[in-house]
Amino acid sequence: MISTLLLTTTLLVVTILLGIPLGVYMHRVYAGERFWASRLLGPVERLTYRLIGTSPEREMDWKRYALAILLFNLAGGLFLYILLLLQGHLPFNPMHFSGVAPGSAFNTAVSFITNTNWQDYSGGSTMSYLSQMLGITVQNFLSAATGIVILLPIIRAFVRHNTKNLGNFWVDMTRTVLYVLIPLSVIFSLILMQQGVVQTLSGAIHADMVAPFTSGGKTILQQVIHIGPVASQESIMMLGNNGGGFFNMNDAQPFENPTGLTNFLETMVMILIPVGLVFLFGQMTKAKKTAWAILVSMLILFIPLTLVSQHFELAGNPIFHQLGVTQANHAALAGGGNMEGVEDRIGAGASALFATVATATSTGAANNAYDSLIPLSGGINLFLMQLGEVVFGGVGSGLASFLAFMIFAVFLGGLMVGRTPEFLGKKIGAFEIKMVSLSILVMPLLVLIGTAIAATTVAGRAGVFNPGAHGFSEMLYAVTSPANNNGSAFGGLSNDTRFYNLLTGMCMLFGRFWVYLPLLALAGALAEKKKTPAGSGTLATHTPIFIGLTVGVILLVGALNFFPALALGPIAEQLAPVSHVMTH
Amino acid sequence: MESTHKHEVKPIVWKDQSKGALWDSFNMLSPRVQMRNPVMFVVYIGSWLLLALFFHDLIARNGEALFTGVIDLWLWLTLIFANYGEALAERQGEAQASSLRQSRHEMVAKKLAKSERNAAYQEVPGVSLRTGDVILVEAGDFIPTDGEAITGVAAVDESAITGESAPVIREGGGDRSAVTGGTRVISDWLIIKVTQEAGNTFLDKMISMVEGAARRKTPNEVALSILLVFLTLVFLVVTVTIYPFSWYSVHYASHSGSVISLPVLIALLVCLIPTTIGALLPAIGIAGIVRLLKANVVATSGRAIEAAGDVDILMLDKTGTITYGNRSAAAFYPVSGISEAQLAQGARRASLADDTPEGKSIVALALKHFPDQQESLPTDANLISFTAETRMSGVDWEGQQLRKGAPDSMKAWIKDLQGSWPEGLDAIIEKIAAGGATPLVVCSGAQVLGAIELRDIVKTGIKERFAELREMGIRTVMVTGDNPLTAAAIAAEAGVDDYLAEAKPETKLARIRQYQSDGYMVAMTGDGTNDSPALAQADVGLCMASGTQAAREASNMVDMDSNPTKLLDIVRIGKQLLMTRGSLTTFSVANDVAKYFAIIPAAFISTYPQLSALNIMDLSSPDTAIMSAVIFNALIIPILIPLALKGVKFRADSAQNILRRNVWIYGLGGIIAPFIGIKLIDLLLTVL
Repeated sequence: MISTLLLTTTLLVVTILLGIPLGVYMHRVYAGERFWASRLLGPVERLTYRLIGTSPEREMDWKRYALAILLFNLAGGLFLYILLLLQGHLPFNPMHFSGVAPGSAFNTAVSFITNTNWQDYSGGSTMSYLSQMLGITVQNFLSAATGIVILLPIIRAFVRHNTKNLGNFWVDMTRTVLYVLIPLSVIFSLILMQQGVVQTLSGAIHADMVAPFTSGGKTILQQVIHIGPVASQESIMMLGNNGGGFFNMNDAQPFENPTGLTNFLETMVMILIPVGLVFLFGQMTKAKKTAWAILVSMLILFIPLTLVSQHFELAGNPIFHQLGVTQANHAALAGGGNMEGVEDRIGAGASALFATVATATSTGAANNAYDSLIPLSGGINLFLMQLGEVVFGGVGSGLASFLAFMIFAVFLGGLMVGRTPEFLGKKIGAFEIKMVSLSILVMPLLVLIGTAIAATTVAGRAGVFNPGAHGFSEMLYAVTSPANNNGSAFGGLSNDTRFYNLLTGMCMLFGRFWVYLPLLALAGALAEKKKTPAGSGTLATHTPIFIGLTVGVILLVGALNFFPALALGPIAEQLAPVSHVMTH
Repeated sequence: MESTHKHEVKPIVWKDQSKGALWDSFNMLSPRVQMRNPVMFVVYIGSWLLLALFFHDLIARNGEALFTGVIDLWLWLTLIFANYGEALAERQGEAQASSLRQSRHEMVAKKLAKSERNAAYQEVPGVSLRTGDVILVEAGDFIPTDGEAITGVAAVDESAITGESAPVIREGGGDRSAVTGGTRVISDWLIIKVTQEAGNTFLDKMISMVEGAARRKTPNEVALSILLVFLTLVFLVVTVTIYPFSWYSVHYASHSGSVISLPVLIALLVCLIPTTIGALLPAIGIAGIVRLLKANVVATSGRAIEAAGDVDILMLDKTGTITYGNRSAAAFYPVSGISEAQLAQGARRASLADDTPEGKSIVALALKHFPDQQESLPTDANLISFTAETRMSGVDWEGQQLRKGAPDSMKAWIKDLQGSWPEGLDAIIEKIAAGGATPLVVCSGAQVLGAIELRDIVKTGIKERFAELREMGIRTVMVTGDNPLTAAAIAAEAGVDDYLAEAKPETKLARIRQYQSDGYMVAMTGDGTNDSPALAQADVGLCMASGTQAAREASNMVDMDSNPTKLLDIVRIGKQLLMTRGSLTTFSVANDVAKYFAIIPAAFISTYPQLSALNIMDLSSPDTAIMSAVIFNALIIPILIPLALKGVKFRADSAQNILRRNVWIYGLGGIIAPFIGIKLIDLLLTVL
């Protein structure tokens, strides 16, 4: 536990230390300042504008901005869908994979434009290199950039006043990709390659086996080892909170995550940009204290949940305890604890940390089998997503949703101090509350109704392999993850069926665009308002008591919405008497 | 006639109110009334559903009837409690408004049969005056409404409107014939033709604001209602989806127990949706208006009351608000050759018969400096009272002609008597004026004794109130017609944050616009017609009842007591209104935690016995657990009605401290209280 605590602390401290300069850097980028980065990349930036036919001076109101986001994503989705269908006829396909089935192609296209990266396929054995690079990796960049680009106008709405202009989508998109995502992922790719992550365009390796064996009357002499341009995809999938791995094993695969350092860095970069964006918010709004308050609120939500998860994982499986099987920290047991579905190299503690980070952010990557987590730890994965992906959350989108919850807290707090609520000088009225409600309402509706449909239809139940409360958790997870654009999965549910492809596809689409369109409308309304100067009668949004209120609102909304469902899933499973479990 | 502005409010019999409200709460169970409140409408539909189920259970004799019946009974009680809160607030509001309406009738006017000084007059209520009526006002009377002087000359104290303490002359015909309602005649008399009816339309508006049908929601109330509808919708989906979850768990996961029943689902839904705040929201709004009425303030819209809570800047008239309406003697300045005692004696004698506050203050000052001057007015003294023509007053005291008056009128008087204007007197007069005070010259015959300094006296306690306001983040700006020097001196003394000197209507308007464009919310008081633009521009315009019709139309509140300090109370009432709403919403939502812990284990225990670990309150049985939650949910409404009507405790403090207090009390308290309440009810149910 001590080493896991140390790891967790180091992770958070390093991320925050790197997040601060990243926030400052992004502030300069989005302000269009001339500094070293823009001197270096400025020509490319200006060339892009000339090609698109736009300029930073041509700003958009919220409707045009939102329309641009929708059209851009629609075009990206269609492109990816067609690419996947036709990959059999296209180059860079050394393994000669045929086109992806339409249902799966739809699900995958939606999955990658929404930054979910829910995978109903096995990457290494389904996708051509062209699909991986031009389709998946490109969308890894663009969907992550979309998340940030959704956030920018919302922040600007607090900074500006009496204007309809919220920025230019194309400019924001270009700057995000060019100045933020590409440089970061190049740096990270190089580190990963240095550590041994594969990066090649040659086909799978057919290696002679050291110990050939016979299976089904055939003697197996060779082993197929899938390789490919892994490092480049790995870096952006973690940085951009995508999470869709090159291989189905995701970050448990040694070619994706070969060393202790890569494991640490891959965990860290998941929260790097979300944390950087919190500081960007502080820079842009000049409300640095409020930015810290947001970060502290996120940590208050994250740390206890992650510690509980780690505690249960390291404590091990109660059934084994009862049977007298040791799960203590032996060298052979890599730290001990619940080792089912855990890589020996990584151990239960670091795996639990990775799991909470991947679900707290919308990454959804995995370096262990989430299905094999102790029920309560799996429940924490679920709960972190069900909070609405606001604890760090997806790049950009997470902070946007967090601000929505903060507006709720500001509204309650503002009324409690006897003033029309204001957030950063903007009055929160009926329209703002309506938009925030619409935004926050979507996810619980998707998850609850989606799970209800899965539970009551034959097609939904057909996918469930596990009996008991765990089977219910699997369905709940299968809907919660796409609806929150997370993309992680409890295995044990066959999800490449027409039913789940459609259900999860819909959840991903609504979970992405229905959540953020109201927030853009909110930004439009806020930008038009005048700014009220703060006084001692104004509710301060950085005080401990306000942090408490914000955390309370987020927890209460999450807990009240999902307590019944969690009670019938992970909680019932966790509390089940050991003998009861063993009968299954 | 002095006391026409005093309100002899009849005590309102609250006992009758509550009885009537109880009757109302049953009448309000019609679907049309219930539909107005989405949260309670969900409870309403649930109540009918369960009533039908209750009869079904009775006929089917399935042993469920008792449980269903008890739950349904408490749902109906929940509705009645909610109605009761609203009805009680409404009745209080109506009673308060009509008692205020009565008191308005007590303002009496002397209506003349014809426009002659000695014509017979009839005393009629001020509000009954119609345009064209002719009335008589004499020294001491308030002018009941705006009009035009036809005959007579009088000195009129218009300080309540103009802020200028020196009386002005109004005479029939000519430029100076317009008189304003609420001003007071100091000397002589006037015959006035009424040009403006002193209607009571404001009260009618106010009464309609407390009555259900006409009540319009205020902006914050609308926003809060949206939040409540959102929560209701979410919890509706949460409870509706529990059924399939439970069904799956029973049939496919645990293979034991029974699926959650409709009464339990409805009970859970009613417990989860924010019924507490949903039930009390109308009552809180009405209670805010009632509190305002109790302060004798009539608001024309609920929006204005809310806006009052948001005010950042208060623009207050100096006279009457920050300083007493009249000036007081502060010091004696004898001319050379005269001792201070001589001047004091002369001034005292000249003022003994003077009933005005200024006169009294001179006597008091003399007594303070020379306690042995105790002589009283000789019986044969000839009193010279203040008239508009002479503009001086005094007494003929044993042959001594003692007079006091403004420097220029005294100069003329001395000149008439061929006396000499002493050297140095002009310097004294200038010095007094430069210090922000008014000089008054005293003479005995043709001999000038000296000058008296009349100062504005800052009201006691006003400085502390401004400090409180500053603590709350509200800045005060003093508005005065005085010169900047005087204004600065008084502003410093009163502790206001800023002042607007030599204020004219245009400068007031410009200043308000400036503040507003900087993002501030501004409240101001006023009553003159020329204040109307500024009153209309301000976010909260408080007009004195004595104000002109135009000013009243422009404002969104009228103070029946014509006490500009009321603005401070109005701010408090506005803040308290929002605080009550916010605190009770927080309380209502926080309550849900305990209700979950009561109902969820009870609902699922047959499916997963291990979930009894969630029964942390150790409730005795699933049935009593669910009943206790529903009963608590119903009972908390009447328990909180007094709080909703009174408003949460308000203390002038910084936002941060207020938030801390309310989050602890209503947030944490809201989580803890139902655990205790539900446990107690469960214990009681078990004993029964």
